[in-house]
Amino acid sequence: MALKEKARIMTAEKMARTLRRIAHEILEKNPDMENLVLVGIKRRGVPMAERLREHIELIEGVKIPLGILDITMYRDDLEAKNCSPEVNKSEINFSIEGKRVVLVDDVLYTGRTVRAALDALMDFGRPSAVQLAVLIDRGHREIPIRADYVGKNVPTSRNEVISVKVKEIDGVDEVLIHEKIPDEP
Amino acid sequence: MLSSKDLLGLKDISKEEIELILSTAEAMKEILFRDIKKVPTLRGKSMVCLFYEPSTRTRTSFELAGKYMSADTVNISTSTSSVVKGETLRDTGRTIEAMGIDLVVIRHSCSGAPHMLAEEISASVINAGDGMHEHPTQALLDMFTIKEKKGRIEGLEVAIIGDILHSRVARSNIWGLKKMGANIRVCGPMPLIPPNISDLGVRVCSSVEEAVEGADVINVLRIQRERQDKGFFPSLREYAKIYGIDREKLKGAKEDVLVIHPGPVNRGVEITSEVIESSCAAIEEQVTNGVAVRMALLYLLLQGGAKGEGAN
Repeated sequence: MALKEKARIMTAEKMARTLRRIAHEILEKNPDMENLVLVGIKRRGVPMAERLREHIELIEGVKIPLGILDITMYRDDLEAKNCSPEVNKSEINFSIEGKRVVLVDDVLYTGRTVRAALDALMDFGRPSAVQLAVLIDRGHREIPIRADYVGKNVPTSRNEVISVKVKEIDGVDEVLIHEKIPDEP
Repeated sequence: MLSSKDLLGLKDISKEEIELILSTAEAMKEILFRDIKKVPTLRGKSMVCLFYEPSTRTRTSFELAGKYMSADTVNISTSTSSVVKGETLRDTGRTIEAMGIDLVVIRHSCSGAPHMLAEEISASVINAGDGMHEHPTQALLDMFTIKEKKGRIEGLEVAIIGDILHSRVARSNIWGLKKMGANIRVCGPMPLIPPNISDLGVRVCSSVEEAVEGADVINVLRIQRERQDKGFFPSLREYAKIYGIDREKLKGAKEDVLVIHPGPVNRGVEITSEVIESSCAAIEEQVTNGVAVRMALLYLLLQGGAKGEGAN
């Protein structure tokens, strides 16, 4: 399956502005910074969360805790795929008991990743609230999950792929829409 | 991905597979330090520990590894099973497979028993020690511990001291460590050094001092008292004096030498209490790492098949 680039829907500058806005929204909704923590979902949720933390620090002068969640072991398609995808370490080096946790991911699509992330998170303790921040919401939910903070709503077809690129992993900040093109027979 | 449904030994798996197991184990280790030590990954999978020889740490370690990952685990001790009525290994294997088991962990006093079982049943088989042949999960946890403490395996000087002849731990370690690029020396009473051991690419040392000289890691093997009735060495006291690892013998090793031991330890025989309790030993950590390594193996074997793509 080949991928054809269709459009660039977010530049580096736009991404920075969007994340800054989400940081403000998080602070507006959670004035009690004491109990606020961020948890990034691997992989690209992690740099997103790191940037949100930087923005929050710039705005409020407080560095809030940041955790990393790997959801591989909680996926619901392990059996179906009959495969063992690579697992990585979760790193939440603080108690989430009674905390307000903002889960951060790059793209919200079927909602299954978030479902897995919620289960994974609850195994670390009982937060007082969990909110969800995503850079892109592309629709097509398969389970009843919604985001509290959305960078950009992007209506897509299932034939399209949203690729969020970040400097830390891909060397560049941008969001592209690709279209899946079936291979020639 | 692992290329086989089974883990029978380290002789026949690749360096890449060993690396995959070790890196997966790293992620698993984190789970062991959580307040809630359980992930749902292997829900609906079942495994049996079938032990024809006594064991505390290996069996418990496998059982807990399964439980921490939500697999259903059952233990069969052969002394209380149909084995005492004369049931063959083949029939026992078929019987438990007929109950829907997905994986069998087997320890047997006959070399090759797990291999036979693996051909007989379609469930995965993990060798938890077969006779004088292999004990792959022990070697994997040893390598995991070495990698964690030293940051690498390649290029390290590893000394294996003790009863090489009877030791499946030694053989698995040699095959595994060689693949990972370590240099290995072995040392022990001559009757306990197999004649062709140097064919495996190890250096045979005639004295402990020579074996320890400049070593990064010393793997001290247990003197298997149950296998010493043929008089391979005169007495335990003499063994302790000549081969027992103490402070004095460690002086020739690298300053940051790591001492490991597969357990159970005969204190004061192959290793002194002083060394066991010292900061250079990581014997208890090996046990913790053993659970992580076994969780990794259960995950890789039970989720089986081709390696998947990332989420999204």
